[in-house]
Amino acid sequence: MKIHEYQAKELFRQYDIPIPEGHVAFSTLEAIGAADKLGDYPVVVKAQIHAGGRGKGGGVKLADSTSAVTAVADEIIGMTLITPQTGAKGRLVKKVLVEQGLNIEKELYLSLIPDRATAKIVIMASEAGGMDIEEVAAKTPDKIIRVAINPLTGIQPYHCREVAFGLKLSPPLIKQLVPMLGNLYRLFVDYDCSLVEINPLVITAEEKVVALDAKMNFDDNALFRHKDILGYRDLDEEDLQEIEAAKYNLNYINLDGNVGNMVNGAGLAMATMDIIQLAGAEPANFLDVGGGASAEMVENGFKIILSDENVKGILINIFGGILRCDVLAEGVVEAAKKTAIKVPVVVRMEGTNVEKGRQILENSGLDLTTAVDLKDAAQKVADLVH
Amino acid sequence: MSIFVDKTTRVLVQGITGREGQFHARQCIDYGTRVVAGVTPGKGGQKMDEVPVFNTVREAVDQTGANCSLIFVPPPFAADAIMESADARVDLIVAITEGIPVLDMMRVKNYLATQSSRLIGPNCPGIITPGECKVGIMPGPTHKPGGPIGVVSRSGTLTYEVVHQLTCQGIGQTTCIGIGGDPVNGTNFIDCLEAFQQDPETAGIVMVGEIGGSAEEDASEFITQHVTKPVVGFIAGLTAPPGRRMGHAGAIVSGGSGTAQGKIDAMKAADIHVCEDLGRLGELCAEVFE
Repeated sequence: MKIHEYQAKELFRQYDIPIPEGHVAFSTLEAIGAADKLGDYPVVVKAQIHAGGRGKGGGVKLADSTSAVTAVADEIIGMTLITPQTGAKGRLVKKVLVEQGLNIEKELYLSLIPDRATAKIVIMASEAGGMDIEEVAAKTPDKIIRVAINPLTGIQPYHCREVAFGLKLSPPLIKQLVPMLGNLYRLFVDYDCSLVEINPLVITAEEKVVALDAKMNFDDNALFRHKDILGYRDLDEEDLQEIEAAKYNLNYINLDGNVGNMVNGAGLAMATMDIIQLAGAEPANFLDVGGGASAEMVENGFKIILSDENVKGILINIFGGILRCDVLAEGVVEAAKKTAIKVPVVVRMEGTNVEKGRQILENSGLDLTTAVDLKDAAQKVADLVH
Repeated sequence: MSIFVDKTTRVLVQGITGREGQFHARQCIDYGTRVVAGVTPGKGGQKMDEVPVFNTVREAVDQTGANCSLIFVPPPFAADAIMESADARVDLIVAITEGIPVLDMMRVKNYLATQSSRLIGPNCPGIITPGECKVGIMPGPTHKPGGPIGVVSRSGTLTYEVVHQLTCQGIGQTTCIGIGGDPVNGTNFIDCLEAFQQDPETAGIVMVGEIGGSAEEDASEFITQHVTKPVVGFIAGLTAPPGRRMGHAGAIVSGGSGTAQGKIDAMKAADIHVCEDLGRLGELCAEVFE
């Protein structure tokens, strides 16, 4: 799960991680009020969306007077912001963060991520702040400091010193960064984060280390123990169909193609998307109804797929396994009748009682095409949508 | 021969009185697996069919000699269950549970580094040596006993599909292992490849990967240096959009790394026979393994 910068900064404040003074605003009037509260110009007005690269798209602007705040807030709130991370459609901006402007001397990069291969929490830091860190990593990997922390021991002072000396900081700045790293690590662990990123972390003319930006992602599997974080969820930033699918416990991702597909199991679902493309069509979605798959899941799956009007055909690929194919076939027939499907459906199933299952589909009176294997299924559905 | 499990394996099931645990314990027993104990805290002294239930793993191990644990415990309690088994010196721990927090698994993995137990999973279908022992949720009849092919995969139903195609070609399996779709897991591709390479009954290997992480790239490197048996590879997720988690917690392309194409290229560079059309994986295996 992702949250907004202003929400991440609320958590930063609770963990004594220095941030600029600032207030969130949902309208130009509120933005002016926020600037008044800060009491000094310039201020920075930052669009709040769940995507990076906001500055490049014109979503972050400086304002040096009340009238400038009015103009900038008018421009940003309500704009469709397109950044390298939003895709061509962009995102509608509904709120801004109004912050005090700082005298920036230097920009650094700092992040914490879990390293899947070693099962350690890694601090990444670089003197090349404000830039795309993946680009820095690719071009000048020696400019990145990586310190791995064993979650069983937690962060130790020497971890922090390695980062601070690696960034070539002066003694007064080291004194600020060391406790800040400890606090960031605590925040990361306390909330089961999958990413905490500060880009840039700035050093001001007054020799203060401040988190100018804040990005936090959370492990979806751990949200059951962080009910407070669920309060930060912003449905405006999510796909409508995906929200609907989540209600049914379905794993759904909307894509640009026209072949809807419903599969049990994530790996097989990905492989089914791939084989649809190989057959010359484009998948309209990723949909995993779960390794088991039940009649109810299939019915809900139909509803979600059919809510995408680009869908011209549907491929159901279920590897029955322990679930018997005759039971599944009955579920498909029932769901197809209930949802009044108007596009062609190809069904491929495998597993126990597969012959009986195919019989049920054929005798249903519905316009269902059965396929003998995966290759056959992909070809049939591709032909049907062409 | 086989790897990790065979007809002598003595299985205990953690979470045996739950809906999933009970159903799959019965399926394993029907397949011929020696399920010797169940563990559900607070239900010690009861029986699940003929299987005695214990309060703790240690008790179950002491009284039944179980050396393998199959875990169906819900995500919030699964890390605890894995560590309990490791602490009781269970040789092999198979965690089926999907949805364990990453941080929990990071702690488990660092703890297991100090223990003798091997973990398979989590978020996996388990392991089967066809005709001998099934420790997992895979459909038994899809498999063909007698070898000579070993299968290792990050997936569940995709593995069944692959095994089904092998069986349809008349190609049997020595052992099939699902290592799981989570970003942090126990046994990895390399562990399985090493074991298959050493297993005299295994003549060839099928390796099924997917987007996310670098396990397939690392495995390809290992194959170049240490595996002399023929390997057929498949990677799922060529059409997956970047930055999105494709069902499995570990299946995500982030910052241009972990792409299907990158993994396919690494496999090809290691002389792995890469199958680019899942529809004809069985045929390709028949050609490669003759």
